[in-house]
Formats: sequence, C-alpha cells, structure tokens
Amino acid sequence: MVAVDTDLSDAPAKFVTRDVFAWFGDKRVLHGVSLDIAANRAIAIIGPSGCGKSTFIRCLNRMHELVPGARVEGQIRLDGIDVYGSGVDPVRLRRRVGMVFQKPNPFPSMSVRENVLAGLRLTGSVPRAGLDETLEKALIQAALWEEVKDRLGDPGVGLSGGQQQRLCIARALAVDPDVLLMDEPCSALDPIATAKIEDLIHTLKRSYTIVIVTHSMQQAARVSDQTAFFLSGDLIEFDATNRIFTSPRDSRTEDYITGKFG
Amino acid sequence: MGKIHTDREYESELKKLRERLLKMAGRVEEMIADSVRSLVERDVELARRTIEADLLVNRAEVETDELCLVILAKRQPVASDLRFVTLSLKMVTDLERIGDLAVNICERAIDLAHLDPLKPWVDVPRMAGIVQGMVRDAIDAFVAGDADRAQSVVERDRALDELYTRVFRELLSAMLNDASKVERGIHAQSIAKWLERMGDHATNLAEQVVFMVKGKDIRHTKALEEA
Repeated sequence: MVAVDTDLSDAPAKFVTRDVFAWFGDKRVLHGVSLDIAANRAIAIIGPSGCGKSTFIRCLNRMHELVPGARVEGQIRLDGIDVYGSGVDPVRLRRRVGMVFQKPNPFPSMSVRENVLAGLRLTGSVPRAGLDETLEKALIQAALWEEVKDRLGDPGVGLSGGQQQRLCIARALAVDPDVLLMDEPCSALDPIATAKIEDLIHTLKRSYTIVIVTHSMQQAARVSDQTAFFLSGDLIEFDATNRIFTSPRDSRTEDYITGKFG
Repeated sequence: MGKIHTDREYESELKKLRERLLKMAGRVEEMIADSVRSLVERDVELARRTIEADLLVNRAEVETDELCLVILAKRQPVASDLRFVTLSLKMVTDLERIGDLAVNICERAIDLAHLDPLKPWVDVPRMAGIVQGMVRDAIDAFVAGDADRAQSVVERDRALDELYTRVFRELLSAMLNDASKVERGIHAQSIAKWLERMGDHATNLAEQVVFMVKGKDIRHTKALEEA
C-alpha cells in the first residue's frame, strides 16, 4: 500500500462543494463537481485545457459570474456558509478568497507599497495593526520583503516577473484572506522564480488554504497535499498527491499523468 | 490494446527497458539449468561456459541500471511507469544475484567433477526445476501484468524451502554416519542452499510484479502485520 504521509482524514473542510454545474451561456462546462477542500492544505487541480479547472476555482470566489452570460448552480460552502447565499457580498468574499493569476498583474500606476495596500484601500478597511505593519507582514509572507524593503516607493511594474508575482501574492495576503486561489501562477516565470513561489506555497499553507491550478504535473506533485484531476468538466479523481502520482485509481488519471493522450 | 505514450521516444525507451529485462531473465534461466546440468553430468566445460556467461548478465545489469537512471532523469515518470522503472532497478539486482549463485554452483560442479556423488542427484535437479519455473513465471507475469501468476510464484517458495530442509537433513545424517562423505556432503548442501536462495530472489521478483501491477506492496506482509 502506498504510504500517505499527509493525514487528511481529520482536517476540517474549508470549502465544501456539491454538484457544482457551470455554464458559459448555453454551454455547460462543469457537470456536477463535488469536492471538499481541507483547511491549511494545498490542493492542486490538473487536467487538459478546457477541462474546467479554472472555471471551477472561479466559482469558488464568484468570479465566474462576472463573465456575461455565465452562471453557476450547486452548493459551494465556505466555512459552512453558502457563498451564493443572498446575504453574501461577492466583493467581501473575494477578499476572503484571494486570487493570483497566470500573468502577474501589479497595478501599473502604483508603487510597490501602493500595490500591496491596494486591496485594503479598495475595500475601505483600515487594519488594526496599521498600514506599515500590514505592508511589511504581507511582503514578508510573500517572501519579498528583503528584496523590496528599500524601494517600496518604486513602481511595482519595475520588478522582475517573479517578484511581480510575489507582489501580487502580497497584495492578496494584505487583506487577510482565508484562501488563496492560484491559477497557473508560475506559467510565465523562469525556473528560479518558480522554485521560489513553490517554496512559498509550502510556507503559506500553514496559515492559509491554497488551491492551485497548474498545467505542470510535476509542480502539482511537488507542492500539493491533494490533487484533483478534471476531464471535460468532470472531476475524475481526487486523492492524496502521493497516491495520485504513484498509484492512481482511475485509468483516465493514469493515462493523463503518464502522457498517454490517445 | 492499452494506450501508448504520446511521446514515441518515451514509449520506445520503456520498450527497450522491458526487452533488456526479458533478455537478462532468459540468460539467467539458462544459467540455472546449465549449472545443475554441469553438476549432474560432471561436465566441466559446460560449467566453465556458464561461468563466462555471467559476464553478460553483469554487463546487462549495469546497462539496464543506466537506462533506468536516464528515464528517471529525463521523463520524471509517474504512476505505473514509475513503478515499472523503480522496480526494474530492483529486479536486475535479483536477476544478477541469481546469476552469481549459478556461478557458485558451476564452481562446485568443477570441484566435484572428479568425485562420484553421494547418491544420484534427484532433489537438487528437482529444486533447480522449481526455481527455473519460478523465475520464468515471475518474468511472464511481469510481461503480461498478471498479478495472480506472480502471486503463485510467491506460494511456490514454501515448497522449495521444505525440499531444501529435507535435503539438508539427509546430507547431515549421511555426514554424521560416515566421515568420508563430509567433503561431498558439504558441497551438496551449499548447492542446495544456493538453489533455495535463488528461490528467494525469484520470490522477490514476483512480489515486485504484484506491486507493479496492483500498486500494492505484498512484501513482508506477515512481518508487518505482527509488528
């Protein structure tokens, strides 16, 4: 029996999703996905292009509905609360469930400092700790502080690609989220910057819940505790990462991860 | 027909690895048969040729190890491919050890060629037959991905162990009763022991096949349960 070295049996669920369907207009792209995401873990979502992995995570923070004609059905609960419930403010939800995108997107007209604090300013919240302390904490958590502490006033876009991505992570962390969604965060980065982000994920999951969509199976194997394999809008298999990459149960998972694309 | 890897170069590397293992196993099976035949027929030439054949087995071990390392480095295999490559690394070690044990038997065959055996060789060839069958079935199971066949090899090891125990007791009794039989008795006991060890290695091969096919590790199961 393959040893599973991450005991997930008792981990509380941060997100509980049941029978999640999603559409772009008439086209249904998710066909009833049910998945529990444990707190303080990193979950990787893998699958070929068009399988619905990015759509799924965008349902978690209600970004999917921002696309004209797009809709979601099913149950998505964050700490037991239905995120599509009538009393839920999507903007506040997106603070609790932050997102980092494939292409680093620091605000072009803003300095490093302003970029990090942008989320706080947009939501009009003032942290108890004060802005400077929040800024430093977020940059430390994003493993960027040492590199930018003497140039906080410099433009955010002046940083390297890897630094910009960590700046975006710091921006998401500054608003004190519970969950960080990462949609192929390293696709545009070189191997060194990628390694730094992956190392960061290991640290971040102690405090946050991470969901990372990735095209790289090796990355999924390296950073995640559990891996979900999507195919054509269906969740095919979800298990401990060690198990998925040594002895997957479903032959479709086996075929995909071993490179038998047919 | 199962799917093949989209990267044909990768597919061909795995095929090459499979073929190398099969060839190595075939050589080793021959060595088992020839080593015991050289003993029974007192054929020194055959014993010497079999000893030389071990050089090819050793070379095959080195080349197969290298191929496995290259595949691991280049392809970062996962799932069944990973199990196949890592287990190939272990399987070549077991096959190479069986080859070494056959060489030991040949060396004893050369020593004993000028002496009449204690009695006609019956149990030793019988043991050799069982071991050959175990190796062949382990390798066939590996090729076919047949875990049940591999499991049957594991079960046969018990019969081999019992046969060895009987041979040992008979030889011991013979040696205790007649000092002139001690030299041949000790050689015969060593040969039987080596065949029993070959059976252990063949069992390892079979257990590895079960793991490769099912992703289930059946090694040391009893010991693990008792622990």
